[in-house]
Amino acid sequence: MGHAYTPGLKVTDKILIKKNRILPLKGEVIVKKGDLVKPDDVIARTHLPGPVEPFNVANILGLPPEDIEEAMLKKQGDTVSEGEIIARSKSFFGLFKSECRAKASGTVESISHVTGQVLLRGRPIPVEVKAYITGEVVEIFEKEGVAISTWGSFIQGIFGIGGETHGEIKTVVPDNTAILTDQFINADCKGKVIVGGSMVTADAIKKAAKVGAAGVVIGGFDDKDLRDFLGYDLGVAITGSEEIGITLIVTEGFGQINMAQRTFDLLKSKEGKLACINGATQIRAGVIRPEVIIPFDGDIRAKQKDADFREMGLGIGSPVRVIRHPHFGKLGSVTDLPAPLMKLESESHARVLEVEFKDGSRAVVPRANVEMIES
Amino acid sequence: MAKMNPEDIKVILATDCGSTTTKAILIEKRDGEYRLIVRGEAPTTVEAPFEDVTKGVLNAVGEVEELSGRKLLDENEKIISPANGNIGTDVYISTSSAGGGLQMMVAGVVRSMTVESAERAALGAGAIVMDVIASNDKRLPHQQIERIRHLRPDMILLSGGIDGGTTTHVVEIAELISAADPKPRLGSGYRLPVIYAGNKDATGAVKETLEQKVDLRTVPNIRPVLERENLGPAREEIHELFMEHVMAQAPGYKKLMSWTDAPIMPTPGAVGLIIKIIADMEGIEAVGVDIGGATTDVFSVFRPEGAEGVFNRTVSANLGMSYSISNVFAEATLPMVMRWAPFRMDERDLRNRVKNKMIRPTTIPQSIEELIFEQAIAKEALRLAFIQHKSFATVLKGIQQQRTIADAFEQTASGATIVNMMSLNILVGSGGVLSHAPRRQQAALMLIDAFLPEGITRLAVDSIFMMPQLGVLSTVQKQAATEVFNKDCLIHLGVCVAPAGEIKKPGPAMNYKINLPDGKIESGTLNYGQMRLIKLGLDEKGNPLKAKAELEPLRGLDLGHGKGAKVETELTGGVTGIILDGRGRPFILPEDDKIRVEKLKEWMLELDIYSKSALER
Repeated sequence: MGHAYTPGLKVTDKILIKKNRILPLKGEVIVKKGDLVKPDDVIARTHLPGPVEPFNVANILGLPPEDIEEAMLKKQGDTVSEGEIIARSKSFFGLFKSECRAKASGTVESISHVTGQVLLRGRPIPVEVKAYITGEVVEIFEKEGVAISTWGSFIQGIFGIGGETHGEIKTVVPDNTAILTDQFINADCKGKVIVGGSMVTADAIKKAAKVGAAGVVIGGFDDKDLRDFLGYDLGVAITGSEEIGITLIVTEGFGQINMAQRTFDLLKSKEGKLACINGATQIRAGVIRPEVIIPFDGDIRAKQKDADFREMGLGIGSPVRVIRHPHFGKLGSVTDLPAPLMKLESESHARVLEVEFKDGSRAVVPRANVEMIES
Repeated sequence: MAKMNPEDIKVILATDCGSTTTKAILIEKRDGEYRLIVRGEAPTTVEAPFEDVTKGVLNAVGEVEELSGRKLLDENEKIISPANGNIGTDVYISTSSAGGGLQMMVAGVVRSMTVESAERAALGAGAIVMDVIASNDKRLPHQQIERIRHLRPDMILLSGGIDGGTTTHVVEIAELISAADPKPRLGSGYRLPVIYAGNKDATGAVKETLEQKVDLRTVPNIRPVLERENLGPAREEIHELFMEHVMAQAPGYKKLMSWTDAPIMPTPGAVGLIIKIIADMEGIEAVGVDIGGATTDVFSVFRPEGAEGVFNRTVSANLGMSYSISNVFAEATLPMVMRWAPFRMDERDLRNRVKNKMIRPTTIPQSIEELIFEQAIAKEALRLAFIQHKSFATVLKGIQQQRTIADAFEQTASGATIVNMMSLNILVGSGGVLSHAPRRQQAALMLIDAFLPEGITRLAVDSIFMMPQLGVLSTVQKQAATEVFNKDCLIHLGVCVAPAGEIKKPGPAMNYKINLPDGKIESGTLNYGQMRLIKLGLDEKGNPLKAKAELEPLRGLDLGHGKGAKVETELTGGVTGIILDGRGRPFILPEDDKIRVEKLKEWMLELDIYSKSALER
């Protein structure tokens, strides 16, 4: 296999970002190519089919299924309101009457003479897709959505929770090693994307949600705090749909880990700027990582030179981060890439590399346990 | 390619297109026997930017070419066939689980009866069952409709009712499907296939309800009478639709399908097939397990009361060693995982380590402590997957059992599991954590601790996960598939001898006398709570050595011939050897922490699981 190491997460000051914004079902696109949009602008809308409410009219009226056609006051395609009588059984010499009322408003979708079941379809549910980022509409997918493009800074996280949101960047800690506690959070954080250091406590994230912060970007997060905050243990890393009132983006991993200096510096340099963030994470085929997008001010259509951004191979001098114990979270640069397989302490044989850490110490680690720090 | 006479097949090329890697193997008939020659692999290319599965196949085949020196591709990158000298292959076949494999929804009337039969058919065909909708699954109809609409499976299998029984309930479910108007996962230009395998009397009404909305196929009832399942026709239809719809929609598969000499099979379906063939050929009972990053598959063939082999497959969707590792931890709970570790670890640190493995799934354990911890989690993942399997592999439910007075003492309840650990002959493990364990005896102990085999059970691991290719090969050349399975695919670990039963007080559990092939005799008494390893390896050809043994379980323990009954048998060795397990069944670890750690270390040292220095730190 070509790459024994994990390609790193992208942290870049300047890149052309393109986002496809697609409806769940075909509908109407309400912007046109060349339009400039803001995060909250609606770019497309559609209607999802309404919910279906089945009920067995034959059972309710005490009729054999094949007789309900006669008892139905409403026919297929008719509109009904909640509580409206939709079927009535013939009375016994006019003495007894059974009626069946609609449990919900909607349209009669089908009447079955086999089961006696009537299906009522509720009103369609409107769905809107917003722009999510500031940018230019560069492509229209007819009836489906658009592509929006902007120049900006881009930071990929390793794990997140909560969906798309946006706010101004507010760095509340002195440096990338500081723990973000609830003391750093106050009413000024409302609507902001808070930048912390090496870890956020459960109390801090709860307080951030309480004051109405849009999100938190942090180096590390303790699994125990995650469980306390979510109220359940996350079994599989598919996130983004949590309704927790705040979006969290973890840049390094679980536990207390300093946010990479470069990431912290980049965020700090963008203080007060708009950040569009999404915590959605999916770690399986078709990996999705959480992201922070900071669109540039000014003319986002300007054709700037793209930061030279391409995936580089691993070589001597490559900056790397160790992503597993016993050197988890340490940063360094590659000093040797021996070709033969080497025996690890665990007695597994694997391809390794030698890394020199910032403090000058060196260690041999499996190539699978480092990730490139990309620029 | 022209169909060949199976006897004339000398060279076989087979690939398995997995979700991340495409693996190719080359098999040749040399000196009258089929053997694996080389293996190559390359990243799968189903997703962007390639979006053509054949690119990954060609890369993997290219590696096989380089390693074997056999030219397999012509200048137009076409597979050369038939073989001529050192050029070409006689047969090319493939399996696939790329692009998410085969994803199905199963629907029917009674959860524990017809729906369970349908689920068995879908799983047996190699599908991932996304959800099971039943009239009695406690969800309200509108919730069921919402669920069906959101799932977007590749196909639905609808069952319900025995032939001649009531038709209303199954038509009701058909109406729910119709109301949901489900769309297929791949491709927008075709209608979702729905296979109807229920009460034949309801066929007309089901057709009327669904025909306008879905691509409806009808096959004979999966449960024509309560006492009998008829899974074959539904399984065949699933495979046909898999080729026709799912494969045809995935990028590059139309081309791949035109290359292969046999239909492409879903990977787990092919694994199940080879396990069933091997079990049937030898007339034995077998359990196979494949523990992956996201899921764990368990396959079994049992012969309840001497009946024909009954095959079952289960998929534990969220039990795995990387993507799903956190879920194993959540389901098993921390104390259950940590009971296997001969040292203490900080809970907070452990939880973070597990989550970090989940978000960075390709990392490997560097330190011995991490390896021990990972193997402890693997034992729990396997144990939980096997519990699910046992509860699914049952005799048919809902049948009134006719009992004689003799049966009163041996109550086989309706729905009882057919998994019998005492009669099980072989346990085969597969997947990274088992196949790539640094010491083979680690794989043996993981299998023993998780599955707790009773009596005499052979243990093996799949060396390089080629069971899928061998499964599909068995449809073309059965002999080649079985020969390669036994000689190159399996790594024989050895045999576990575990007397079943419980004893309150310490003391002797079994007398043994084993005549080793070199003339040496190993004899002695195994104490209750003790484990012993006796070396019995492989011969010069790599085949496991055998040894005649006299085994006498003591104090009411049982080796399968009754309590205390002596067994004279032949034991099969392997790279680990004969493991005498005197810990009793059911096996319970000592509750006292200090004693537990002492016992774990004692067993691990005896079996040479980890180095002494690692255990003494």
